[in-house]
Amino acid sequence: MLLEVRQQYTFYGVLLYVASTIFVLYLSMGEPEGPVWKGLFWMIQLFVCVNAVAKSFLQEGRGRLLYFFSITSPGNFIIAKLMFNAGLMLLMSLVSLGLFVLMLGNPMPNPVVFIFISCLGGMSLSLVFTFLAAIAARAQQSAALMAILGFPLVIPQLLLLSKISNIAFAEVIQGGLAGMICVLTGLDVMLVALSLILFPFLWKD
Amino acid sequence: MLRQKWWKIYCVAALIYTCIAGFLGRVPALPIINETVRNLYFHVGMWFGMMILFIVSVIYSIKYLRTNNHVFDIYAVEYAKGGIVFGCLGVITGSIWARFTWGAFWSNDPKQLGATIALLIYFAYLVLRNSMTDMDKRARIGAVYNIFAFAMLFPTIWIIPRMVESLHPGGMGNPALDTNDIDKRMRIVFWPGAVPGWTLLGVWITTLRIRLQLVSEKKQTSSEPAKKNFSHA
Repeated sequence: MLLEVRQQYTFYGVLLYVASTIFVLYLSMGEPEGPVWKGLFWMIQLFVCVNAVAKSFLQEGRGRLLYFFSITSPGNFIIAKLMFNAGLMLLMSLVSLGLFVLMLGNPMPNPVVFIFISCLGGMSLSLVFTFLAAIAARAQQSAALMAILGFPLVIPQLLLLSKISNIAFAEVIQGGLAGMICVLTGLDVMLVALSLILFPFLWKD
Repeated sequence: MLRQKWWKIYCVAALIYTCIAGFLGRVPALPIINETVRNLYFHVGMWFGMMILFIVSVIYSIKYLRTNNHVFDIYAVEYAKGGIVFGCLGVITGSIWARFTWGAFWSNDPKQLGATIALLIYFAYLVLRNSMTDMDKRARIGAVYNIFAFAMLFPTIWIIPRMVESLHPGGMGNPALDTNDIDKRMRIVFWPGAVPGWTLLGVWITTLRIRLQLVSEKKQTSSEPAKKNFSHA
């Protein structure tokens, strides 16, 4: 099932998108300070996520969906999608983090923590957008609707993420990191559970 | 139960009581807030109303998904709309309050932002519903989004504001109000008067709108067969 979802062209397309956006950022910004760097990083993550994940449902034609419908249950299908998109975003987070460090400099005092945070953040963003893409795909008017639905919903997550990454940027390790990561993980678990419960209703048609 | 009169009478009585006691009653003299503390009866009451209406809306969405009964969908939408109205009023009363205590109508406080995000999420719900023409599909996808949005709303309003510094009272505990600030004289107006009064007013408006929708629905469905017969003839 996972193999079904793997599509090479999406991957390279997104890779190119990440690279070119960061290059443009470098040309316009040079090497920014810590807070700006962080803000830019999460914005890039957000847009990469919209581009990469939205494709996953919108590009499937009607015939393909019917085919998936015949070979598997909706639960398996959404799990496969979630796993694939989470994996994709994990990779993209690492790539964009690498490119950021390469081009925009490295303002972080403790990179290991931030690598972990960006992986977590990328994954949770991808979970939200996978489900929203599923909704938007059913409603046809894909791309615009995706932005309308998605952006208000991810703001809490982004706030949480930038809050967490503030801690990673601080010189001294502060308390409260574990608590916030717990909240974020809890949110992710809740998203997966909700997608599992609600997706079958979207699916049957 | 909802057709009965007693709760409407209670609602009106509670609101009159809130207005009279709210404007004329004695309030504790607090620094900075001073007399604006009376806004508590209105501002916080709005939020209680909004939250309860949204919760009811989600319950009806779940009911719709379980039964596929179209009536529940109308209930869910109308309760969500009622919640949005109260949310807007809550933001407005809040920003008026902020003008006199924090110095500006809008200061990008985390709680103001959270409230705005919550409203945006529900506006998106209405946009989503309007984007589809097929009734059945619209109801189903709308219900799914409503449940999903509510689950995301929860951290926006209840968890994140507790973790960041804010000008709003009740920083570390209850996100909305610090119960130590209001004394007995205010509590006696707030709990029996303002909170149920505004909530019931919201429910009342919503039930009226639901009945309106159901009637117009009935009218449509009863006129459609007539048209069909006409075209056949």
